[in-house]
Order: sequence, then structure tokens, then C-alpha cells
Amino acid sequence: MTDTYADLLACEDLLLFASAAISSTGQREFHSGAAEQRLSLEFLHEYVHGTHPDLYALALALHVNDHNAAAIVHRLLSNPRTGASAGERARENALIRRRLAEMPPQRVYRLFARLARERVNNRRTRATMRAWIAARPNLDLDAVKYRPGLRAAARHARVALPEEVGVFLFSPPGERRRHRYGSPLLRAHGRAHYSASDLYDLPYTVAEGFAARHRVPRGVFLEGVRERATRAERLRLAGTARRHGVGAGPDPAAAPLLRLCVYVLSLPTAERRDRRAELEGALAASALRAAGPAAGTWPRTAAVLDDSYSSIGSPVRRHHPLAAALACHHLIRALAPDSTSHWVSGHTDPLTVRPAGPTHLAERILDALDTGPARVVVVSDGHDSTPPLLADTLTLWRRYVDPDRATAMVHLNPVFDADGLGMRPLSPAVPTIGLRDPRTLPSLVELARFGEGRLGLSDLREHLRATADAYLEAP
Amino acid sequence: MSERFPGLALGEGVRTGPAQQWGNVRLVPLLRSAPVPRLRLHPLVAGDLVDDPASQDDGTCCLVPHAYVLTWEGDTAPSASYGTQILPPRSPAPRRAHLDLRSRKARTAVRGRARFLPLDLAVDGLLSLHAGGPSVAWAEWSRATVHRGLSSPALTTYLGGEIEGLAEALRVFEIHPDQCGVVVHLADVLASAHLYPHPEDYRALHAGLLMDMFGESLYMYGLLAGEARPLYTPIRERGVRTLADLRERVERSRSDTLRAHDDLMLSSLTGGLHTSGGSRDFGGAGAPDPRERPFTVRWLVPAFARGGVDHVGEVVADRHGRVAYLKSLRLSPAQSRRGRLLRVLGEAGWELDRAALSLGTTRSGLVDRLERARLSHLLSPGLLAEHRAATRRRAP
Repeated sequence: MTDTYADLLACEDLLLFASAAISSTGQREFHSGAAEQRLSLEFLHEYVHGTHPDLYALALALHVNDHNAAAIVHRLLSNPRTGASAGERARENALIRRRLAEMPPQRVYRLFARLARERVNNRRTRATMRAWIAARPNLDLDAVKYRPGLRAAARHARVALPEEVGVFLFSPPGERRRHRYGSPLLRAHGRAHYSASDLYDLPYTVAEGFAARHRVPRGVFLEGVRERATRAERLRLAGTARRHGVGAGPDPAAAPLLRLCVYVLSLPTAERRDRRAELEGALAASALRAAGPAAGTWPRTAAVLDDSYSSIGSPVRRHHPLAAALACHHLIRALAPDSTSHWVSGHTDPLTVRPAGPTHLAERILDALDTGPARVVVVSDGHDSTPPLLADTLTLWRRYVDPDRATAMVHLNPVFDADGLGMRPLSPAVPTIGLRDPRTLPSLVELARFGEGRLGLSDLREHLRATADAYLEAP
Repeated sequence: MSERFPGLALGEGVRTGPAQQWGNVRLVPLLRSAPVPRLRLHPLVAGDLVDDPASQDDGTCCLVPHAYVLTWEGDTAPSASYGTQILPPRSPAPRRAHLDLRSRKARTAVRGRARFLPLDLAVDGLLSLHAGGPSVAWAEWSRATVHRGLSSPALTTYLGGEIEGLAEALRVFEIHPDQCGVVVHLADVLASAHLYPHPEDYRALHAGLLMDMFGESLYMYGLLAGEARPLYTPIRERGVRTLADLRERVERSRSDTLRAHDDLMLSSLTGGLHTSGGSRDFGGAGAPDPRERPFTVRWLVPAFARGGVDHVGEVVADRHGRVAYLKSLRLSPAQSRRGRLLRVLGEAGWELDRAALSLGTTRSGLVDRLERARLSHLLSPGLLAEHRAATRRRAP
């Protein structure tokens, strides 16, 4: 290995940044508040952007979550690197466009509005905004649903809009409503100001405001707007809809794995037990979809999953760590059919897990190792009740019991530890990587190899470049 | 009449669990292998118990902890229970002290459902109960202090919520499924111990610890000290070859750590305490003969040795002497002094001269001490005035 000590440190910094950018969303967590999370995250962005400007943009290809992807794009646009070669600039631009195209539109509009507010008006920013808005499939819908964002972006980057959309966005209210639109959506928006029966042609979030204004009863509104709600909205509103006795629930089988797990955990245990066949089927199907072509390719794996009380998360991310663990359970089942799962509480039925009890990881990890797996995946926030005991156990295991590395162990942490400015590790002997959406599990396990200190910065740089190229070339 | 307290001789179904720490607060769970049969918190205290113990008709007794503020059926205003009480379910309201709602302090204590009294009242009440002395007029004392609020500069107790970091430590604490109590260490000083008969009872009152009382010195510890290190007995490295070795070492480390905690950190509670008699009003439901009562309430009185660590509290034991309920509180040094004086007075049969003799001082020296310890209200006003006049005459 030709890497110097500084290179190893740089490697560690990059992994730390990638982990934080994958897991943290700047929201409140069980052990730390939102302000601390944002402060620590901001610092990491600043630090990596300052010290490794060439690698900073490549993180966009690494399954960082949308919150951090938006932060990276914001920094790249508002603080462009001087002295980058034309090739590197082109790659950055391509990464930015690709990532924005995959991001939910509300996040992109929020980013654009922020750039406009901060008066970031360089050529790259304008070009990015123009290109993204030009690629929108239905600008009428955007004009109704994301009006402030589209308005700010269009005005800021001088984007040419279709005439009707321009009138809708930029004329005074009276004129806007009186204008005779050709688009049915824009017409419906004008009419919904005066008639409650017209609001059901609008998207759910917009219609909700009009429903409140016309004092439409909640049950009536939910029944009428069901067709217009997106799938995620329907899943989120399932509980409310049931309370108001509105129609059939959402179809969970179609939901992405993590969202589905959050939905399952939001149900009372009795109901989970009653709908066992349906929910387990949906979870397995969703996990198979998430695994994609990798399904069934993993070696024998044992999962250690944290369902201690701290996995309840926070009111703003309710059950998030537990949902991540549940999703990992099903995904690992799909990736390696002969895998075993070990919940920290000793619970054996994954469908009815609840966040309760203390965290004693050491015993469960030993249980997992007893099954003789090739790979052990630990999903935990890293807050063990007796941290030194766990750290020593794992170190001794690596040093004396398994020095040949017959078993690989990786710790996936769904929670960013703002106080420790990183992911809280279990032990120096086990690499720790951030986790948000378990769909990215295979690539995370790949990335975790760099945390063991056996591969250096040059390898990581190579890996990042290759990942970015693969990301850009993917259909 | 006092006997050595057998209570926390853990092992009779109660044992300590692995500690959890947050900041400088260390919380050690007390685990029960099985809940104590036929004793639960009163359903009024634990408004959110999952199963209502009163609905079971097997002679289950109900527990009302000392100084809890409740609104009893038939009462219009909330009142505080006076001493821990054991009642049959759906019984009429027990002996209680009504609160003066004109005081801001009492009002804030009443908001919500079950609360502790304002601290100074509760502690002083507890101290005078322990001494078993001339019954200090609880109601008047209470009213006077409630009126004045926290006027005393020598206020010696703080709410749990005022102790730095305790609220956060309780919030992030992960309750064990069979946990019935907790031992609170602040900066590794044993602050208090709580034990309930049933895990549900503990869960209902876990956050209530914030309304519990802590001595002044503990408040200072909360402000000053840094991080509490996790309790851990290092694993012996030699001879680890297989997973089974490793598992055995982990188990041994855990049990060694627990034993070390029980021997070193709990000893001030389990060592020096004495229980003192159950009074006439306490005991089980509906059994006039004390030997028939399923549970007895006793007070924990410290030995009040010079330089020792003193805890006071209450304990409910069943017929076999097993502890069903325990609440202890570490006294601040000022409270210890007060307790020591009360104890000497009690032993001397409340004769000033005899008490002074056993303290190795004179009668006026003892009155001085009582005044300094803020116990002068125990003395008659005439005696006090005479003493003060004599002191003034002696002064140059």
C-alpha cells in the first residue's frame, strides 16, 4: 500500500461524510435535536467541500439522501470550484442534472427558491434551472402544485414558460382567476375558489387548502380526493381514512420497502397479526423488488437487528431506525434466502416488533456468529447499554476467534450522531456505515470495505469515479 | 423497636440490572423475576395503567405513595396523601392533607394528575414522621410554608426536573420489560432508589421521577460533574479461542459488574439503614390484627452516624419481609443534622436536659443547635424567647 497516513485519514473523512450524508436528514433524532443535527451536518459539508473539492460532487452518485443531495447541489452551484478541468466540470454538471432529475420535485423547487433567495445567479445555476424545468412533463401541474417554487425559479433564471403558465404565475389574483385557460387543471384551480365540487380535480395538497376554505367535512373530502392523491399520500392517510370510514385502504404491495415498513410499524400489533398474510406478502414482494437482480446472490448472512427503545426514533422520524431494521430483515431474506435474523430483544416474529427494552448487542451478535455465517450485518443506532463490553467483545472476536476474516461484519447505522460528529461505531474492529433506505444495502456493504483500513484513498477515489460513471451511464 | 433493614438484600426476586448512563446520571434498573402478587398502585395514581387492578376481585391492595397529590372521589380540591398508604380498591379517601391553592407553588404541583407535594413540605413531613416525636402539626406547618412558598434561604431540596441532565437521562433510558424500579446515581453518588410491585406501576411513574426530590448537594453534583463512565469489568483476553469462550467471558463480565455495583455503590443504602415501626394507621386492607395484614408500611430511618451517608424513605414489605415498594431519598448534610437532633430528642424522650447531656452540651447549647437547624418551631415560644434574651444578655 502506498498510502500515507494523511491519505488514510482522508479516506476516513470521506467515508464519514458519505455515511452522514446517507443517513442524516437534519431532523430530530432520539438522542439529539434538529439544530444539533443540522449544525454537525453543515460542518461536514463545509469540511469535505473545502478539503476534497474533486470528490465532493462524486458523493451525489453514492445514494446520499435527498436532503444531502440538495445540500451538495446547493454548494456546488453557489460556491463553484475554480480551476477544475473541463472534463471534471462536465462530470459535475452531469451529476447535478442526473441527481436533480431523480429528486422529488418539491425538494428541487425548494432548492431553487433558496438559490433565488440567496441571489446565486451564475451561468451554471441558470442553466441547471432551465434544463430541469424544460424537462418537467407537466408544467400546468407544477404551476398549481408548486407555485411559489416554479415562480421563483422562472423569474430568477429567466426561464421561458408556456403563455398560460406565465399568466397563471405572474398576474394579479383577480386577473389570474378571470383568464380563460385552455388547460383543464388551471381552469379547475380558478373555479375551486368558488365551488367546493370543483376542487377534486386538483392535486391532493392543493385541494386540501380549498377544502378547508369551503369547510368540506374531512371524510367527504378524503373520499372525493382519493383518486387524485399520490400513492405515498394514500399510504400516509390510511389511518385518517379508516377513522372516517372511507373506502378500502391503500394497496401496500406497491409501496417501496422502507415506506411500507414505516406503514406496518404504524399499525397496532393486533391489526398486524390479523392482516399477517397480506402484510408479510407485501413486505416480501417489496423486498424482492428492491433486491432486483442481486436477489439470492448473497452468501449465508446473519442479521442483528436493534429493536431497543431508542429505535423508536423521534416524533418527526417516528419508528425510523426500527423501520430500517425491519426493511433490512426482509431485504436480507431476499438477498440470501438462508439468512437468519436476531432481534436484540429476543423477539422472533418480525411482523410484530415494537421498540422496547434495553440494548444488549453483544449477546445477539454472538448468537448470530454461532450460526456460522459468511457475513454479519448489524443494524443499530450504536447506543449499546455497555459500550466498552461490546467493543471489547468484537475486538477479541476479530483478534482471536476469527483472525482470518472468514466472516465479514458490517455495522449499518440509520442514525447520525450529532454530538460525536459521525456514525456511532460499535467497535474499531467493525466498519460502520450510514443507512437510510435499505434499497442501497448492496452498495453500502461494498463501501464499508474501505472502512477497515485495508484499502486506501487511491482505491476509494477509483471506486468513487467508477460509481459516478456507472451512475451517469445507467438508463 | 428498630431492626436492621433487610430490604435490598437483593436476591429475593429483586436484582439490579445493567446500568445505563447519560451525561452524569447513571440509572440502574431494579428487576423482579415476578411481580408482587396482590399489590398495585392505586388506579388514581397511575391513571394510565393498562389493566385496572381494581377490576380484579382477588383482594388486591392498592398503594398510594407518600406525598402524592390526587383529587379523591367526593373531594373538590386535590390533596396530598400523608404517608404511604395501603387501601382496598374503591375505598374512601385516606388520611390526607389539603393544599392551599392560593400559593403558586401548590398550584403548579397540582396541574396534571399524580404529583409530589412541594418538596420542602414533603421532606419535612417525612423527617418528622421518622422521628416519631411530638407530632408536629402537619396541617398548620404545611399551610404556613405553602403560604410563604420558597422563602427559606436554607431550602435543601430540588425537584428532579431541576437537576441538570436528569430529564434527558430519563427520556433516553430504555426500560427493561421486567423492570420494577430504578436506582439513581448522580455523578456516581447514590441519590435515590425506587421500587414498585409491578412493572406497569414503574412504567406509569418513570417520568414522575422528575417530580421527586433530591438534596441540595445532588443538585450541585448535577451542575458540576462531567460524564459518568459506563460500568464495565474488562474481559480477560487470555485463553479466548472460540465463540463459547467469548460468550462465557461476556457473561462473567456482566455479572462481575453487577456484583461490583451492588457491593460498592448500593452499600450506603443497604448497609446503614434501619426500619422503624409501622404506625397504627398503616397496614393492609380490612385485617384488624397486624399479623393478618398482607403488607406493612415501614419507614426507613438512617443510623445518623457522624460523617455517614443518610437516606430516608419508606418501604412496604409483605408478610415474609420481602420488599414490595421502596422509595428512598438521600439527605443533604443540613437535613442529616436535623435528623440527628430529632433522633437524639426522641431517644431522650423529648426531655431537653437529657438530650443535651447525651450530646455532650448544655441545655442552651442544644436550643442553639435546634435554632440553627431550623427546628425552633418545635419549642414553645416562651422558652425560645427566654433563651434569646439570655443570649443577648451574655453578648457584649
